[in-house]
Amino acid sequence: MNQTTDILVARGLRKSFGELEVLKGIDFSLRQGELVFVIGPSGSGKSTMLRCFNRLEEPTEGSVTIDGVNLMAPGVDINSMRRQIGMVFQQFNLYPHLSVSRNITLALRKVLKRSASQAEETAREMLEMVGLEEKADAYPGELSGGQQQRVAIARAVALEPKVMLFDEPTSALDPELVGSVLQVMRKLRDSGMTMVVVSHEMRFAREAAGRIVFMSDGEIIEEGTPDQIFENPSHRRTREFVAEISR
Amino acid sequence: MDLIVENFFNIEIMRQAFPLLLRGLGTSALLCLAVIPLGLIGGLVVALMARTHIRVLRFTVIALIDFFRAVPPLVLLIFIYSGLPFAGIQLSPFVAVCLGFLLNNSAYYAEIYRAGIESIGAGQMEAARSTGLNPLQSMIYVILPQATRNVLPDLLSNTVEVVKLTSIASVVALPELLYSADMARSISYNSSPIVLAAGIYLLILWPSVRLLSRLEHRVGH
Amino acid sequence: MNRWDLFIETFFRPDLIEKYWPDIAGGVVVTVQVAVLVVLTGIALGLLLAMIRSYSLRGVNLVLVVFVDVMRSLPPLVLILLFYFGLPSVGILLPSFAVLWLVLSLVLAAFAEEIFWAGILSIRKGQWEAARSTGLSFSQTLTFVIVPQAVRMTVAPLTNRTIAITKNTALGTVIGVSEILNQATTAQSFSGSATPLMMGGIAYIVLFIPIVIAGRWIETRFAWRRA
Repeated sequence: MNQTTDILVARGLRKSFGELEVLKGIDFSLRQGELVFVIGPSGSGKSTMLRCFNRLEEPTEGSVTIDGVNLMAPGVDINSMRRQIGMVFQQFNLYPHLSVSRNITLALRKVLKRSASQAEETAREMLEMVGLEEKADAYPGELSGGQQQRVAIARAVALEPKVMLFDEPTSALDPELVGSVLQVMRKLRDSGMTMVVVSHEMRFAREAAGRIVFMSDGEIIEEGTPDQIFENPSHRRTREFVAEISR
Repeated sequence: MDLIVENFFNIEIMRQAFPLLLRGLGTSALLCLAVIPLGLIGGLVVALMARTHIRVLRFTVIALIDFFRAVPPLVLLIFIYSGLPFAGIQLSPFVAVCLGFLLNNSAYYAEIYRAGIESIGAGQMEAARSTGLNPLQSMIYVILPQATRNVLPDLLSNTVEVVKLTSIASVVALPELLYSADMARSISYNSSPIVLAAGIYLLILWPSVRLLSRLEHRVGH
Repeated sequence: MNRWDLFIETFFRPDLIEKYWPDIAGGVVVTVQVAVLVVLTGIALGLLLAMIRSYSLRGVNLVLVVFVDVMRSLPPLVLILLFYFGLPSVGILLPSFAVLWLVLSLVLAAFAEEIFWAGILSIRKGQWEAARSTGLSFSQTLTFVIVPQAVRMTVAPLTNRTIAITKNTALGTVIGVSEILNQATTAQSFSGSATPLMMGGIAYIVLFIPIVIAGRWIETRFAWRRA
C-alpha cells in the first residue's frame, strides 16, 4: 500500500448509540482522485461512517486520518480539518436566511479569512461550475431541490477540500431533478476531486465509480470494481442486495 | 453579608410578619378565584363575538380588544378606582379590581382563544355542520374542545400573568399579599417581609413557570 | 346640567386640560425614555443569555435557568419594591428611574431568553452540521447561522411580550417615577378632578395603540415560520 497517495484512512472505526453498535470496526482507505461508492441496505451504517470521517459523529473507537493528520489526535484543529473535508447532505441544509452567494462566502470569509471581494469572486466561479451563476442573489427558498443541492455542492467545493463526502445527495429530490446534480458530481470527478458517495443511484455508480464498497450491518462486507460487485459478487449478502435492487 | 441577611432574610421579622402575610395570601387567593374565571369566560365570549359576521360588531370588538391591550392594567385600575367616583360611581377596591381585571384579561384571553379557533381547519366546521349541528353547537362541541387543547400552554401562561398581576391591587389598598408585605416593611423598616412575599409567589408560580418553559421548548419539533 | 355636560365637566374640563397638559407631556417623555431603554437592554441581555445557554455549561446554565424562572415567577411590582426599598439598606442607592429600568430590563431579559432559546432549539440539526462541516467553529455557527434564523422565528412572540412588559412602566408611579400615571394622579389630587386621569389614559392609548396594532401586523407577517 502506498501511504503517500492515501488521502483518507480509517482504522478500526466503531460507533455505538447507547446499546446499539452501528459501526463494528471499519477499515477504509481512499486514494487521491478516487470516486468510491458506498452501497448497502438502509440502517447498515453508511451515513454514520461518512459522518465519522469529519467527526460530525464522534467515533467510539478507532482513528480517521486525512492527508496524514489524525483527526482524533488531541489538540487537532478540527475546524481547519473539516474545512478540508467537504460534505453534501441529503437535506441540502442551505442557510435559508442568506442569499446563495452568501451561503458560499460565509465559511470562505470566517474560516479561510478571505476578503469579501475575493470570496465573492470564488462564489461566482463555483456557481458557474454548477450552472447557477444567475442565482447568486436568490434565496434558498426560491430554488428547486436540485438547484439547492448544486449550491450546497458549490458551498463545499469553494473551500478547496481534499475530499468530498456525499450523504445520499439525491434521495430527497424529485426524479426529474436528479440528473442535474449527478451532472455536477460527474464534472467534479473529471476535475480530479476525491469523493466518497453514499447513494442509491446504481446506474451512476456503475458508470462513474472507480470502486464500490458494500456495507451491511455495520461492517464492510465486500469491495471491488463496479463490474465485480454488480456482475460477480462473491459474498452472499452482496448477491442478495444486488439482486434486490436490480429487480 | 451580615447586612444582607439582616435586611433581607431577617427570620425574626419574617416570623412577626407571617400571620399578616398569610391573611394577605388569603385575599390574593380569593381575588384569583374571582378574576381568573371571569377572565376565562369573558375572553371566550369576546373571542366568539369577534367572529361574528356582523361587520360593525366585529370591528368594535377587535377595537376594544386592542384598546384594553394598550392600556396598562394599573392605569385602568386607578381610573376605575379613583376616576369613576367623580362620575358618581363608587366601587369597593375588590369590585374595582375585578372590573379592571375583567376588562384587561378578557382582551388577552380572547386573543388566545381566537388563535386557537383559527388553528382548527375549516373542514372541522364543515363536517360538524354537515351532520346537522347548528353553528353554535358546532363551535361548542367540535371546534372549542380542539382549539382549547391547542392553546393550553398559552392559557396557562396568561393565567400565571394574571396571578402575578393581582399584586397591583395593593396600589388601591386592597390588602392582598404584596400590600400586607409592604405594610410590614414600612412598620419594621426592613425588606424581609417583601422577600418572604416573593418566596410565597415563587412557591406558587414556579412549578407552572417550569412546566411552561418545558412546553415552549418542545414547540419547534 | 344634563348628563353630557356632567361627563365633560368630570373628565374633560378644558381649563384643567390647559393647565396640566405640560405635566402629562413630561410624563410621556419619561415613559418613552424608560420604555426604549428597557426594550434595548432587556432584549440584548436576553439574547446574550440565550447564546450563553447554548454552550451547555452545567453550572452556568443552572444559575441562568434559576434567574430566568425567578424573574418569570415574581410580579414585577414585588421586584420594584424590593429593589427600591431594599437596596439602600445595603448601601446601594439607585434613583427610582434606574430601579424601574433595571427591574423591567431583567424581567424582559428573562422572558426574551426563553423565547430566543426556544427559537435556537427549533433550528434543525442539519444547519449546525452543514456549518460545522465547512469548518465554522461552534461560536461562529451560533452567531452567523443559528441565531439569525432563530431571531426571525421569535419576532411575533417577542413583540407581544415586549409590549406587555413595556406597559409595566406605569408601575414606576408606586416609587415616584414621574411617568404618565404619576403625573396624572398627582394632578388629580391637586385639582380634585378626574380630568388629569383621563388625560393620562388617553396618553397611554395614543402611545400604545400603534404598537399593539403593529404587533398584530408582525404576528401575521411572521406567522409562516412557526408552522
